[in-house]
Amino acid sequence: MADPSITLDTQTPGAVVRVIPTSVRARRIGGTVLAYCVMIAVSIILILPLLWLFAASLKTQQLVLSTPRGFGEFFASLVPSDPQFVNYSEALTRRPFGLWTRNTMIIVVLATAGTLLSASMAAYAFARLRFPGRQLLFTVTLSTLMLPFIVTMIPQFLMFSKIPGPSSAGNWTDTLMPLILPHWLGGGAFYIFLMRQFFTTIPHELDEAARIDGAGFFRSYWQITLPLSGPVLATVTIFSFITNWNDFLAPLIYLASRQNQTLALGLQSFQGEFSNEHHLLMAASATMTVPVLLVFFFMQKYFLRGFVMSGIAGR
Amino acid sequence: MAVANESRRFALPTLTIKHREAVAAYLFVAPWILGLLMFAAYPVGASLVLSFTEWDLLTEIKYVGAENYVKMFTNDRYFPVTMGNTAYYTFIGVPLHTLVALLLALPLTSKLRGIRFFRTAWYVPSVTPAVAAAVLWILIYHPEFGMANAVLELVGIPPQRWIFSQTLAKPSFILMSLWSVGGQMVIFIAGLQGVPQQLYEAASIDGAGRWGRFWNVTLPLISPVTFFNLVIGVIASFQIFTAAYIMTRGGPANQTLFFVRQLYRNAFEYLKFGYASAMAWVLFVIILFFTGLQFLGARRWVYYEAKAEEN
Repeated sequence: MADPSITLDTQTPGAVVRVIPTSVRARRIGGTVLAYCVMIAVSIILILPLLWLFAASLKTQQLVLSTPRGFGEFFASLVPSDPQFVNYSEALTRRPFGLWTRNTMIIVVLATAGTLLSASMAAYAFARLRFPGRQLLFTVTLSTLMLPFIVTMIPQFLMFSKIPGPSSAGNWTDTLMPLILPHWLGGGAFYIFLMRQFFTTIPHELDEAARIDGAGFFRSYWQITLPLSGPVLATVTIFSFITNWNDFLAPLIYLASRQNQTLALGLQSFQGEFSNEHHLLMAASATMTVPVLLVFFFMQKYFLRGFVMSGIAGR
Repeated sequence: MAVANESRRFALPTLTIKHREAVAAYLFVAPWILGLLMFAAYPVGASLVLSFTEWDLLTEIKYVGAENYVKMFTNDRYFPVTMGNTAYYTFIGVPLHTLVALLLALPLTSKLRGIRFFRTAWYVPSVTPAVAAAVLWILIYHPEFGMANAVLELVGIPPQRWIFSQTLAKPSFILMSLWSVGGQMVIFIAGLQGVPQQLYEAASIDGAGRWGRFWNVTLPLISPVTFFNLVIGVIASFQIFTAAYIMTRGGPANQTLFFVRQLYRNAFEYLKFGYASAMAWVLFVIILFFTGLQFLGARRWVYYEAKAEEN
């Protein structure tokens, strides 16, 4: 499998070409076949729950509640013979799914825009500008990574319920505001850190050349740093999209009335009220999952890079 | 544009370039400083103050001293239950997550054809929304028609009651969380790819076999990544909420009543904001304690290259 000597033989330029005896070669081929078998088996195990989700979402109510016996029936049950696409239209029209999708999209788009702007501004200052207290402020910023949401959650909720606002209770609870505003004020230490790491890799000569041409700091941020930072901006966009799309606890504490809720909350209440209509529940779950999967499939390069960068933070 | 810039420069004759840079920097970080104050500094202080009060948001706030803490440790029958459940989930779950993530990451660093397909497939469960995953796993764990029992039947094991069984409820949650270790797995992949090939070659020349290379080269060199995954894992696991909230509501017989679920209930269902704040601080201190403990322990087993070079 991960035998480094194989890479040495084939990949290092100028490496001594060794004559590999047939028996060794046969063993290597055998090892490769075994590796594929194990990896395919693991893939099936890990993908099975999602296959089951999509299969169940296309079955009739009775068919979901039947137990397959034996391997043949088990795998056959993953491919519904008579797909019930009507499950989707039924699930999505029965509840205010349109409203929930709209609310979720508003949060996702505005939160992501806010994060991209305000986190990149802070990151630019940390990466490119010198100012008294920079090191201290950056240390404080990183230390908030350790701060659990549950510690700040209650005062944040009380704060939004005390500030006069447009909700029926005359404050900001039960509006989307508490789920958007924080993202316009820095967007969180994780994103600032990711962007700062990237910004520090941009050559200083570019800034200096622009400065000589009379560009101010804002122009160097907006016209030089940001246009060169496509990859990290993509990473942050995807992270922010998926995190806000999937978020449950924060919407749960703020959004009380049905028409203001998000997909995550809606799906949860759906679960409570229709616990016997598994086929519709699965259709609703699948609907919420598909956009995330699509974003991941098409942007996974940037997504995984973000994860890797967060891992390096631990070093 | 250039003219405007010139005139501004002359309008501020006292500011040197250094000063202007600092002023610009403060303007750039101003939103974040405001956010830091509003959503981190103030709430941390406020929740500490609140933890010494009794407040339901409707009546007057009342200072009660350490009463909330005393009550929690002496007279709250849910405290030991939720703590025990959460500790069980964390201390059994996190080592398993880390081990499984590493085992999954190892083959994914090979240069086999199609490796990217496997990487994607193994990571996908982790991006599934927590709520959708919870709803799905309720059906998977269905005692009569669930996939989990269908799989058991394939290998001839009698059906189980999973999250509805007192003994299996917590292990079921751990099993489900193992499904989405993709994040840790990806971090391990990055760590494994950072191990220099020369070290493997040197070890091979010294006669180390595959196992010896793994044990003496791979493990020490990825130990910072392992450490990172353990620390992050403990912090996250202590705060398990969404899955338990949706799937079991704490049952059966409080077996899956985790700490944050009870905290949420006290705050937003019973409106005991003071008591819930005290709970949040207790959990915060516990998390800090175990994180600190891991950092202390790390000196014994985490290998940092830079340090080793100094010696």
